[in-house]
Amino acid sequence: MAAERSSASARRARLVGRAFIYGTLVLLALLYLMPLWVMVVTSLKSLDEVYAGSFIGLPRALTLEAWEKAWATACIGTECGGLRPYFVNSILMTVPAVVISTAIGAMNGYILTKWRFRGANLIFGLMLFACFLPFQAVILPMAQVLGRLGLAGTIAGLVFVHSVYGITFTTLFFRNYFVTIPDELTKAAQIDGAGFFRIFFAIMLPAALPIVVVSSIWQFTQIWNDFLFGVSFTSGASSPVTVALNNIVNVTMGRKQYNVDMAAAMIAAVPTLVVYVVAGRYFVRGLTAGAVKG
Amino acid sequence: MATLEIDRVRKTFGSLDVLKEVSIAIGDGDFLVLLGPSGCGKSTLLNMIAGLESITGGEIRIAGEVINDLPPKDRDIAMVFQSYALYPTMTVRQNIEFGMKIRRVPAAERARATAAAAEMLQMGHLLDRRPSQLSGGQRQRVAMGRAIVRQPRLFLFDEPLSNLDAKLRVDMRTEIKRLHQRLGTTIVYVTHDQIEAMTLATRIAVMRDGVVEQFGPPQEVYDRPANTYVGRFVGSPAMNIVPTRLEAGAAGAEAVVTLPGGEARIGAIPLSAGTLERCRGRDVLMGIRPEHFAPGRGITVDVDVVEPTGPDTLAIFTLGGVEVTARLEPFAASAGRKLDLAIKTDKVVLFDPGTETRLD
Repeated sequence: MAAERSSASARRARLVGRAFIYGTLVLLALLYLMPLWVMVVTSLKSLDEVYAGSFIGLPRALTLEAWEKAWATACIGTECGGLRPYFVNSILMTVPAVVISTAIGAMNGYILTKWRFRGANLIFGLMLFACFLPFQAVILPMAQVLGRLGLAGTIAGLVFVHSVYGITFTTLFFRNYFVTIPDELTKAAQIDGAGFFRIFFAIMLPAALPIVVVSSIWQFTQIWNDFLFGVSFTSGASSPVTVALNNIVNVTMGRKQYNVDMAAAMIAAVPTLVVYVVAGRYFVRGLTAGAVKG
Repeated sequence: MATLEIDRVRKTFGSLDVLKEVSIAIGDGDFLVLLGPSGCGKSTLLNMIAGLESITGGEIRIAGEVINDLPPKDRDIAMVFQSYALYPTMTVRQNIEFGMKIRRVPAAERARATAAAAEMLQMGHLLDRRPSQLSGGQRQRVAMGRAIVRQPRLFLFDEPLSNLDAKLRVDMRTEIKRLHQRLGTTIVYVTHDQIEAMTLATRIAVMRDGVVEQFGPPQEVYDRPANTYVGRFVGSPAMNIVPTRLEAGAAGAEAVVTLPGGEARIGAIPLSAGTLERCRGRDVLMGIRPEHFAPGRGITVDVDVVEPTGPDTLAIFTLGGVEVTARLEPFAASAGRKLDLAIKTDKVVLFDPGTETRLD
């Protein structure tokens, strides 16, 4: 009897504990989601309603007007074509930069682990050092380099900057991943007759798929969300979407168009969200992936 | 199939001498085991034969052809690694066919070679699996299959059984021996396990610190170790090395050993007259294998510890001031009792106490 009663009270205590944990989690999640909520509902209201009502309430009349405007007709400077061209700019900048920096990082990691040469560790150390270099430190010299290369103010220039800046991170990712793959794999492939590139493409790269995903997501997020390089090295029609967003939000005449600002901000954030939702699973898996056994 | 000659081969990393003038020559179809503790240079030597490490000095010849500067793929060798080194993203079939694909072997022939290897190693049902879905023993088979389809002149094995559990290790050992018997290919096999060396080899090279201490057939290495190091390294339990004094007696060479109760003479040790004359009256080291003791008249010892292993019993006692192990029949000894032991004197070997090399 006594044992039964004590197990019942233990169960109740556990239930209370669970309720407390989940209650806290839900509360914090709501708090965290509040700004997003405000953004979503505001973007779905008409400007009059935004000025008339509260920020938090649901829209009385649902309208996509603000989204259309942000996408296609909002004025940025003197151009009134919305975010669309800048969104395209961002894609044209991000995709090549992600591919280039990931490809070079993969090759670097492969060489630094499987084809060690004198001073390999020193070079890796220097590259690590570059990870901690703040953006601001490279802006002036980079502007000069871009000028000499004739890439100043172009999307190609931004691709170049982001590729160079990203190599340090992607090299770090791939080097630390390849170091867990046994060197005997390279030796076996050499005896099988495979050369430098064959070993890389047929054996190492397929084995590194999880870290390819990690590197791509990381680079995509960094490059898409970058503002400083965008605002420093481009202007006008070649700006990425982050710079255009800033211009929409900060430069307005008349009433501040909160609904359009919110919609524009979300449009600019959608690609990174999509990438996380689609590939997030691989991101966690890749970060925790250990040695390739076998 | 080929002969292999390692001719005064040296390897240095910076100022470190990893191999110091190693010379080994084996015939067609020989099974050479490079035996030694980790860091003795045996794996480096194997990698040099494979072409994965450069050769600092000397020559390596396969079938009479110098291969020092040939890349691995042109040496006509196949290698099995300790970690198996299976390509993780490929199926077993793709693993086995990878090398053939690079050499542009036609698809039909590839399939035939793979099927033959799969049959020989009984792994036909594994061909479409990935390495991560295989057990250790199965991975080992795949690694061997990958080597077989190459039909090389020389097989290289780098500690292939070290990652397996005890039972599987014995099974795979038999498998490797069977493979050698069936294919007759020359094999170089690296291990630190002296039992693997004894059971597999037709020639053993015992290595230490980049030097070959002894090179010869297994039984010769076991019976007539070149020095105390080889005697201790090969055989389990190790050879007993007992300090004694050499005297000439009626039966020729006699070793005088100190017992707790006095001295005893162990006579009729095989030794040349010249060496006996030279070393007479001097201290020498006497090497006796544990199984060369038997109950009988000879020496009387105080048994300290008894370890039954099942087929026999190990008796541990003090002889000549050192701990000595004898392998006896079960129940032949009990701890704390006195025991009379005879020594098979014709099996005893003597070593110089200074250089620790064998006296003949």
